[in-house]
Amino acid sequence: MEIVLSVLVGILFAAGVFMVLRRSILKFIIGVILMSNATNLLVFLSAGIVPGIPPMVGENPEKMADPLPQALVLTAIVIGFGIVIYTLALKYKFFELTGTDDLDQLKKTDS
Amino acid sequence: MQILILPILLPVVFIVPLILSKSVRLSRGLGITSSILLLVIALILFVSVLKHGILTLFLGGWEAPYGITLVADTTSALMVLVSAFIAFTISVYSLFMVSDDLVRSKFYVFFNSLILGVNGAFLTGDVFNLYVWFEVMLLSSFVLITLGNNKAQLEGGIKYMAMNLIGSLLFLIGLGLLYGKTGTLNMAHLATILNEDNNNILMNTSSVLFFVAFGIKAAVFPLFFWLPASYHTANISVTSLFAGLLTKVGVYVLFRFFTLFFIQDQDFWHQLLLIIAAATMLFGGMAASVYYDSRRILSYHIISQIGYMIMGLGIYTPLAIAGAIYFTIHNMIAKTNTFVIAGLIAKKNGTFDLKESGGLLKASPILAILFIIPALALAGVPPVSGFFAKFFLIKGGYEAGDYIITSIAVFTGLLTLYSMVKIWFEAFLKPVGNKNKNSSGFSFIQLFPSILLGTASIALGIFASYGYDIAIRAANELFSPEAYIHAVLNK
Repeated sequence: MEIVLSVLVGILFAAGVFMVLRRSILKFIIGVILMSNATNLLVFLSAGIVPGIPPMVGENPEKMADPLPQALVLTAIVIGFGIVIYTLALKYKFFELTGTDDLDQLKKTDS
Repeated sequence: MQILILPILLPVVFIVPLILSKSVRLSRGLGITSSILLLVIALILFVSVLKHGILTLFLGGWEAPYGITLVADTTSALMVLVSAFIAFTISVYSLFMVSDDLVRSKFYVFFNSLILGVNGAFLTGDVFNLYVWFEVMLLSSFVLITLGNNKAQLEGGIKYMAMNLIGSLLFLIGLGLLYGKTGTLNMAHLATILNEDNNNILMNTSSVLFFVAFGIKAAVFPLFFWLPASYHTANISVTSLFAGLLTKVGVYVLFRFFTLFFIQDQDFWHQLLLIIAAATMLFGGMAASVYYDSRRILSYHIISQIGYMIMGLGIYTPLAIAGAIYFTIHNMIAKTNTFVIAGLIAKKNGTFDLKESGGLLKASPILAILFIIPALALAGVPPVSGFFAKFFLIKGGYEAGDYIITSIAVFTGLLTLYSMVKIWFEAFLKPVGNKNKNSSGFSFIQLFPSILLGTASIALGIFASYGYDIAIRAANELFSPEAYIHAVLNK
C-alpha cells in the first residue's frame, strides 16, 4: 500500500510542479493545491501505514497506528484550506482590477 | 514558568475586541495598549531568563517529548524583547501613517496576529508547532502586504505569496520526512537522537529541505527575489514592521536548527553557508546601488545584511555566533528605523523617489540627525551599534581563519555606506526640492518612533560591552546545546 501511495505522491508533485510553471495565476494556484495535497499525503505516510488498525484503541501500544501524523495532517489540511481561500480571493481581486490572468504581465514591481 | 505563554496569549486576547471594534480611535488605542503590555511582558521574560537560565513550559501538562513545549533561552528571549520593542515603535508610527480606512480594514487585528506568529516561532520547542506559527505569521503578512488593494500591492502580494507558499510546502515535507526517520518532532529530543546518529547522509534530505524553506523566509541568495518585488508596495508602516521582524524569524530558525540538531555534516554545511552568505551580501549590496526609490534601496539592504547573519552561522565559533546575534539585534532596530525615516521623508516630499526629493537638511534638520544615526549604524561607523556588531563578526572570522568571507564582509560595508550616502545626498543635501512639498514640520509624536529606535542604536553602541556579555551568553547556549536539552527533557 505504501508503495502505491508513494507513487501517487510523486505523480501529484510532478503535476503540481507542471501547473506552477504555467503562465496563468489560476493554474499556479491549482498547482499549489496539488503540491499541498501531495505534501499532506507524504506527512501522513511518514510513520508508515497499517491497514485496519485505529490509533488509541486497545491495550497494546504495539498494535496501534501512530496517531501523530494523522493529527499533523489534519492541522496541515485546515491551514492549507485557509491559504487556498486567501490566494483565490487575491487572484479574484487582482483580476477585477487588471483584467489579466497572465503571470507574464506581472512585471511592474520588479524593476 | 507561566510567563512563557503570555507573549503568545496577549495578542490573542487583544485580537477579539479588535475584530469587534467599529471605532477607529478604540482600535488605535487597543493596538497601542497591546504593544505596550507586550513590551513589559517581554522585558519581564528576558530578565527572568537572565536570572534563572533556560525556561520551559509544557502546554497542557504533557511532559516533553510528548506534548508541545515552549522554551525560552537567552537567544529567543532576546528576540522576543527586540521584536516587542519594534512592534511598540511601529504601533506608535502607525497612528499617523496608517489611514483610518486601513484601520477599518482591521489593520491592528493582523498586526497583532503577526506578532502572535512571530512570538510563537521564537518560543516554541516543537518543529510542527513552529510550522503552525509560521503559517499564522505568513497569513497575517499576506493580508498586511495587500492592505490598501491597489494594483502594485496585489501584484507584489502575489509574488510574495507564491514564493512563501512553496517555502511552507518544503518546510512541511522536511518535517514529514524528519518524523518518519526519527519518530519525534520535539527539538531537544531530536537533538539527543540525531547527535548520536552516524547515518548523517539520511539526515541531509531533511536538512536541505529545511534550509531551502527557511532560506526563502530569510531571503538568502538565490531565494530572495520575492522580497524586493513586494516590500516596497505595502504601506510604509507595514514595510517597516516586516523589515524588522519577518526575515529575522527565518534567520533565527536557521540558527536554532543548525546549532541544535543538524550538526552532523559540518564541513559541507559551513562551506555552503559561507558561500551563500558571501553571495547574499554582495548581490544585495550591489543591487541596492542601482535604484533611486528609497524603499527599494532599503529592501535590497535587508538582503545584504541577512548575509552577515548567515556568515556568523557559517563560521561557527562562539564569538562569530555572538557577533551574528548582536548583528541581528542591531539590524532589526536600525533597519526598521531607516524605513521609518524613509516614510517621513516621503511624507515631506510626497514621493519615495529620491530623484524628486531634496533640500531636507534645511527644511527639517532634526530629520537629518535622525536619519544619520541608523545610516551610520548600518554602514558600521563607530560609536553606533553596527560597528561593534561587525567588529565581533569579523574578529570571529579572522580568528577562525576565514579570510575571504571577512574581506567580503568588509567590502560590503563600503557598498552599504555608498547607498546611505546616496540617500543622504539625494534627500537631504541636494538643493532643489519638489514643488508639491508639504511645508509643515513634524510634531514630536511623529518623530518619536525614530527617536526611540535611534536611542536604542546608540545605546547598543555605547554599552556594547554589556550587550556583548548577553550575546556571548546566548551564543554559548546555542553552541553547547546540552543545557537546552537538559532543560526540556530533564535529563
